Amino acid sequence: MTRQDHESAALADDEQTWGKGNTPEVSWAGFTAGPWQHEIDVRDFIQRNVTPYTGDHKFLAGATKATKALWNRVMELRKEEFEKGGVLDADTSVPSDLLSHGAGYIQPSLESIVGLQTDKPLKRAIMPTGGVKMVVDGLKAYGYKIDPAIQEIFGRYRKSHNQGVFDAYTSEMRAIRKSGIITGLPDAYGRGRIIGDYRRVALYGVDRLIAEREEQKDISDAARMTEEVIREREELSDQIRALKDLKVMASKYGYDISGPANTAQEAIQWLYFGYLGAIKEQNGAAMSLGRTSTFLDIYVERDLKAHRLTESEAQALFDQFVIKLRLVKFLRTPDYDALFSGDPTWVTESIGGMSSDGRPLVTKSSFRFLHTLDTLGPAPEPNLTVLWSHALPQGFKDFCAMTSIRTSSIQYENDDLMRGFWGDDYGIACCVSPMRIGKQMQFFGARANLAKCMLYALNGGRDELTGEQIGPALEPISSDVLDYDEVIGHFLPMMDWLARTYVGALNVIHYMHDKYSYERLEMALHDKDVLRTLACGMAGLSVVADSLAAIKYAKVTAVRDERGLAQDFIIEGDPPRFGNNDERVDAIARWAMEAFMEKLKKIPAYRNAVHTQSILTITSNVVYGKKTGATPDGRKKGEPFAPGANPMSGRDFKGALASMSSVAKLDYRHAQDGISYTFSIVPSALGPVESDQIANLTGLLDTYFGLNPHSNGAQHINVNVLEREALLDAMEHPEKYPQLTIRVSGYAVNFVKLTREQQLDVVNRTFHGCCA
Amino acid sequence: MWSTAPSMAVVPEVTSVDGYVHSVETAGTVDGPGVRFVVFLAGCRLTCLYCHNPDTQKLGGGRLVTSRALLQEIAEYKPYLVHTHGGVTLSGGEPLVQPAFVEAVFQGCKDLGLHTALDTSGFLGARASDALLDATDLVLLDIKSGLPALYQRVTGVPLQPTLEFARRLEARRQPVWVRFVLVPGLTDGENNIRAVARIVAKLTNVERVEVLPFHKMGEHKWEEMGMEYKLKETPSPTREQLECADAIFRAEGVMTASSG
Repeated sequence: MTRQDHESAALADDEQTWGKGNTPEVSWAGFTAGPWQHEIDVRDFIQRNVTPYTGDHKFLAGATKATKALWNRVMELRKEEFEKGGVLDADTSVPSDLLSHGAGYIQPSLESIVGLQTDKPLKRAIMPTGGVKMVVDGLKAYGYKIDPAIQEIFGRYRKSHNQGVFDAYTSEMRAIRKSGIITGLPDAYGRGRIIGDYRRVALYGVDRLIAEREEQKDISDAARMTEEVIREREELSDQIRALKDLKVMASKYGYDISGPANTAQEAIQWLYFGYLGAIKEQNGAAMSLGRTSTFLDIYVERDLKAHRLTESEAQALFDQFVIKLRLVKFLRTPDYDALFSGDPTWVTESIGGMSSDGRPLVTKSSFRFLHTLDTLGPAPEPNLTVLWSHALPQGFKDFCAMTSIRTSSIQYENDDLMRGFWGDDYGIACCVSPMRIGKQMQFFGARANLAKCMLYALNGGRDELTGEQIGPALEPISSDVLDYDEVIGHFLPMMDWLARTYVGALNVIHYMHDKYSYERLEMALHDKDVLRTLACGMAGLSVVADSLAAIKYAKVTAVRDERGLAQDFIIEGDPPRFGNNDERVDAIARWAMEAFMEKLKKIPAYRNAVHTQSILTITSNVVYGKKTGATPDGRKKGEPFAPGANPMSGRDFKGALASMSSVAKLDYRHAQDGISYTFSIVPSALGPVESDQIANLTGLLDTYFGLNPHSNGAQHINVNVLEREALLDAMEHPEKYPQLTIRVSGYAVNFVKLTREQQLDVVNRTFHGCCA
Repeated sequence: MWSTAPSMAVVPEVTSVDGYVHSVETAGTVDGPGVRFVVFLAGCRLTCLYCHNPDTQKLGGGRLVTSRALLQEIAEYKPYLVHTHGGVTLSGGEPLVQPAFVEAVFQGCKDLGLHTALDTSGFLGARASDALLDATDLVLLDIKSGLPALYQRVTGVPLQPTLEFARRLEARRQPVWVRFVLVPGLTDGENNIRAVARIVAKLTNVERVEVLPFHKMGEHKWEEMGMEYKLKETPSPTREQLECADAIFRAEGVMTASSG
């Protein structure tokens, strides 16, 4: 069957089609009119129609029988998947796109929101446009073999993103990749971190979105056929085709999404179809959802008022939606999972925050979305992210804190800080990366290992592990006792080199990704012209800060091997450590972060992207540590780094406020892609009883984000409220803890899916306890 | 490129006194109301068998700091501590080993507008001047046992000074939180719990009673210090044992934090 046949066959079956004939007149009845009706402007729709909720959580309903039955079925499937070694089933012959697979269900009689990535739950799709090698290796790792025809097509007739990148990489770029001074570059898989405005599908229907793009294409500058104009016209055509395919995809489930959604159920379904389309086409590093709960609440409120929906039914819709989000899976290699742990997808949903006019954007559906952690139990996905403001209603703050204490499944980001940069309709992609929904995208850039860069500075560009000349052969430092000014003098040119090579590699990657694996559907759900950022990143900030502080405030002697490479460092004295609110070392951390940002900015970025950076590692801090020799802070060769911007484990000995203050002093202006901090505390250390714990946690969040006398406020925090003993028990008896969720830098994971090394890293990390 | 820190809350000019500080916890939540800056002072005359901070018993185990420097550090956290309805707690060790230091720190805290709490066994209560107590908003009074003989066995010192201190605080109408550590096989006898409850029941200034379950998180410290830990085999109390203790307090007309 050709694509056209498929389309007509599917759309012809009109008796069964939900949503057919939906028109704005009916779909928008009861909504407050405004500019959103005449142009695509979801924010305006929200602003005019939102019903902020300032009460507590007592209105919430529990899970329905159908929800429970469906979730139990999913838990069984996931158990099978776990027992099969991590992958339940995989497609080996059909590259995935919007139309590649027929409708898939978990158990149709129980599902009120439908749609799966393939024709069966947890069956993984292959997406070779990102890179065929990743597909071959991913399949092989789990005992599957790729269809030879597919391998031939993508090896011979159709170039992939991965091939394009390696065609253009320089030898230096290959070398930095191999040595581990840069790790996790999206050069063999989808880059992700692009959030389509999936709400547009529900509010406007797909036909309206197609019409807008057709119009934009008509007026694009055909007179001057520059490279930019040609690219734009090709991209717009691809986007239009994607939107048309999206309609066909929905039709396979019996839905016509040409027009807008009429009800809350339809709004969630339409929106989910938009998201489903994206995850059928892209195996992106993070496939985030955006900021949907308050948008959807407008539909739920309308249905509740009209008595078309009960509270229990409303909760069931969110439960069903979240079950689908928890099923999102990609085929990845064990290497990738070792870097990022636990099969992550980063279906990040941003909840709460304030409107620019001072109203809270918290609605009852903000509660309902978070409440799924109770109705369905804790889980790492979707990655629930609360946009925290000092001014959020107390009832919502308390509910968030209570849910954190019970599930450890929420992360918090500073809305008061980010609203000033990105307005009041941004969402978080992946872990900490804010972007205006539908108006901004990023070129994901993984991260550079700044600690290793510092060692290269000491060793004249030679790798401390292999002895290979990776960086430029600058003069190594030869004195035994390290001198601060001399080290800085060598560090800065090495940073220059790293920034140049790193940004160069990112430019190659994103040029090729646009060319060979363009996110046509996600970009169709953006404005035509978007702001692009080049999201660089850094690992090892606290290692660098502590090392430089040791050199400056204690005596550090380098111990060199026969190759002349510094292999160990002897510290005499008691240097200040990052994480104790000690300005001597905190200033060094800020300096390192700002210095690297300045270096990055100097190198022009592809498509005029704006340079940003994140201080984020997720769980890759373990792998970065493994690939890095001993450092002058006293960290031994191979030992993990701290995650994100965290102080090194065990060195923040003055308790949480001191630790938080050091992190909060890192200025967000110089790391606009986010600064991640993970906070773990045993429940009894938060207060004697739950009411005290809630009050203390909301107080800590308020103060961490808002009241720091040194800075504009911190950007991000993960909150884990856990007993260390539970983690140790879970290491020995994973079967007892299928849903044990913990937060790591910017993300949550199933603890039992971590590698043993990562588990130990989490257990050994500073837990704020109650003893001196 | 170097950022400079904005100026902090101003530390008032008061006489500076030196003190031995073991360590600080900037986000304490279990030693008084709200989030608290807890200072663990070095030095204690008691030798409690279940001490979880044995490394604070010796005065020399601390670092010598001036009250002024400590107040400067505390002042940085003022917004946090005020916002969370917390404050500053001096704990230990036994703070009243160094009463002049306590007084100077608390007076500085009051000048900063911060709530103050003194965590003490009361054994050295006589050393606390009225001026010190004037600068103390709350006393966390640890009553280790209600029976003189058992008190002596657990702590190595007599109970009487603690009772006298409790009566003095009552006469001053000074708010008190009483804390009692439930150690199975040591302090969990019904007679002992009832004796503590009766002491508390007579006091009119007690705002809260906390029955704290014994834990062994301090055990490694005993080992590191080469001291014998006599409670190796002692378990933490069960939920039932804690509820039972609450019930005995209730029977004497005293509501505990966990039962209330």
